[in-house]
Amino acid sequence: MTVPASTGVPILRLGDVLVTGLLNELDDKTAVAFADELTERISSDGARGVLIDISRLEIIDSYVARMLMELTTMSRLLGARVIVAGMQPPVAITLVELGLQLTGVETALNAEQGLTALGWHRSPQAPEGVLRDAHR
Amino acid sequence: MTPIGELHAAMADLTGDGPEKPEKREKSEAGVTGGREAPSMYPVESEEDLLTVRHAVRAATIRAGFGIVDQTRVVTAASELARNAYIHGGGGTLTIEHPAGPDRTGLRLVVRDKGPGIADLETALTDGYTTGAGLGHGLGGARRLMDEFEVDTTEGRGTTVVATRWASR
Repeated sequence: MTVPASTGVPILRLGDVLVTGLLNELDDKTAVAFADELTERISSDGARGVLIDISRLEIIDSYVARMLMELTTMSRLLGARVIVAGMQPPVAITLVELGLQLTGVETALNAEQGLTALGWHRSPQAPEGVLRDAHR
Repeated sequence: MTPIGELHAAMADLTGDGPEKPEKREKSEAGVTGGREAPSMYPVESEEDLLTVRHAVRAATIRAGFGIVDQTRVVTAASELARNAYIHGGGGTLTIEHPAGPDRTGLRLVVRDKGPGIADLETALTDGYTTGAGLGHGLGGARRLMDEFEVDTTEGRGTTVVATRWASR
């Protein structure tokens, strides 16, 4: 299900939700390419929700913050809801001190809570490791 | 000394210590962090350089004994300042220094460019003000992330930012 992207960032599709994540080595060019690619995927896959896991991201400076805000707006215009999940506490502290509140960007504590907010629920019966979605 | 030798010595002076108090680094009382490190200078001429600078600053904060929040503050400030030098200053350098007082150690970033300079510094430090593609939080934000922050800018002759964060104990 993983589509190797030009940015090297995988974007997975689970039903009408796209799941992706940013790695710690995010340079400016990759950030912009990622935003382009994700908006294209939203359109081509008809996604209604996007989960972006940022738990590996070690810093968010004003450039990346702007990318996340613009990406959220672009996705909303396309009809998809973006949730940014898993921000590291030091990153949150630093962002606030920088004066950036990521206005308009919806967040979740972790990827699981983000997916839940987007309408995905873990089945109560299935034991861990049994869930497979190979034929989706 | 041969003329070439003199040239080399002069260049070492240029590339090594900036005008910012190189004498500070004498000796500290058997510091917990060990011996003083020499300053190291990195070019800021490309996107790749921005990543290299972040790595170098992160490694320096760890060696300086900074906690994870302070590491993140300093690396983020370095990223903002280096990007400013790259985008607005047309490239420059970032030097990592290791200031030490009798009872404290820290990390100092000296970011120089030879760009157009900042015409209105007061305004440039205001949140939300931007002449480029950013959010306008770079300079003012970086100032808040550091303990000490000085900007030296002359129109037409470039900008030097000196920003220090002391390790909290």
